[in-house]
Amino acid sequence: MDSTVTTSTEESVWGGGNRPLGASYGKLMMWFFIVSDALTFSGFLASYGFSRFKFIETWPIADEVFTHVPFFHGNFPMYYVAFMTFILIMSSVTMVLAVDAGHKMMKNKAIIYMFLTIIGGAIFVGSQAWEWATFIKGDYGAIETRGGRILQFVKADSGERAALSDFAKTLPSERVDHESRNGVWFYQGEALPTYSVNEVVEGLKSNPNILIRTETINEEGEKTLLTREESLTKIKDAKLVVEGANLIRNEYGSRLFADFFFFITGFHGFHVFSGVIINIIIFFNIILGTYERRGHYEMVEKVGLYWHFVDLVWVFVFTFFYLV
Amino acid sequence: MAHAHKLEIFRGLIKFKSNTQKIWGVLIFLTIVTGIEVALGISKPHVLVVNTFLGMKLLNWIFIILTLVKAYYIAWDFMHLRDEKSSLRRAIVWTPIFLVAYLIFILLFEADYIYNVFKDGYVTWNF
Repeated sequence: MDSTVTTSTEESVWGGGNRPLGASYGKLMMWFFIVSDALTFSGFLASYGFSRFKFIETWPIADEVFTHVPFFHGNFPMYYVAFMTFILIMSSVTMVLAVDAGHKMMKNKAIIYMFLTIIGGAIFVGSQAWEWATFIKGDYGAIETRGGRILQFVKADSGERAALSDFAKTLPSERVDHESRNGVWFYQGEALPTYSVNEVVEGLKSNPNILIRTETINEEGEKTLLTREESLTKIKDAKLVVEGANLIRNEYGSRLFADFFFFITGFHGFHVFSGVIINIIIFFNIILGTYERRGHYEMVEKVGLYWHFVDLVWVFVFTFFYLV
Repeated sequence: MAHAHKLEIFRGLIKFKSNTQKIWGVLIFLTIVTGIEVALGISKPHVLVVNTFLGMKLLNWIFIILTLVKAYYIAWDFMHLRDEKSSLRRAIVWTPIFLVAYLIFILLFEADYIYNVFKDGYVTWNF
């Protein structure tokens, strides 16, 4: 660098030591990671779009899938996800405030804001766990046909969804759920659904108020409702009773819908979880005075970048899973 | 370093006195945008559902545009890209935008093609 003192400092790249991007090494590396992670998430969301465009006519409608709010009964599409989004944006705000307090070397303020950020992240992860549990449990139940399509049930008079328990008959049956305590040869077996296919079929036949709803979306953007006669014909294809969701089949419709839901929100939830852990580490480092001694709070800023990135990804997941 | 904050948003329409104030201002803006999204998502105005642009409902276009607006303010103000050098900002922003636009274009076109094969072709998948 000494040789550059006498010449113009602008063009002297030979000596090294210049910082064209004006950012520290650590911050640049965090940006490298964020850009590559952004591309990973984009890959997931784009493949979700691929599957969705492939089955555009039969894809589940998110408003009908995510309708629950904890402690409340009824049909509340999207309110809870909107709340989760707000929590995450809010925790992003407390994170920026922590970074801002760090810049001004205000240790106590930074501690409080980091704490609030951790709480916000924890609420979000908890909400996501609850959302998963509700999704896995399912609410109405459905029938899968031989072709792997899902048939749902609707009450003809009110137009509301009908749960299997509303109309399925109870038939005498010999089959019981086989559990490991009943036999030493037990390895594993598929759990019996609450109702057998026969019980659902008989229930449909004897209850004139029940209609079948197929996966196909009509021109009004709603699922197609069959007439009573069509329903009775369609039920002949019934093969399985599906309750809730797993990676193989789900009662909401297209199998890929549940797969992508688990994969993308799960991957995002994992990011939030690790973000909370990293935030906790930084939180204790601030309390211990590590950054006070170091003379700067850049570590808080770097972790903040990661935390905002998680928020940024959620904004896109929210749009493509719940809104569009 | 971001010691010198740029304190105006909307191209200088709104100027804030301090960085803290700007953060709260951006929060209010993001909350309003999310509120609009949720309101539109629940009410689903008929006009926006029926009319399409480039094969997609107007409502979905609105959602995607509002999402990009939100992403912009999160990146610019929360991740303080606004205060970074423009070379760093461009390297971070344009690389993914270019790659993702390319990926989306290819995958969605291919998916639409497969959809048409399933629909009009000789493949039976709903039996």
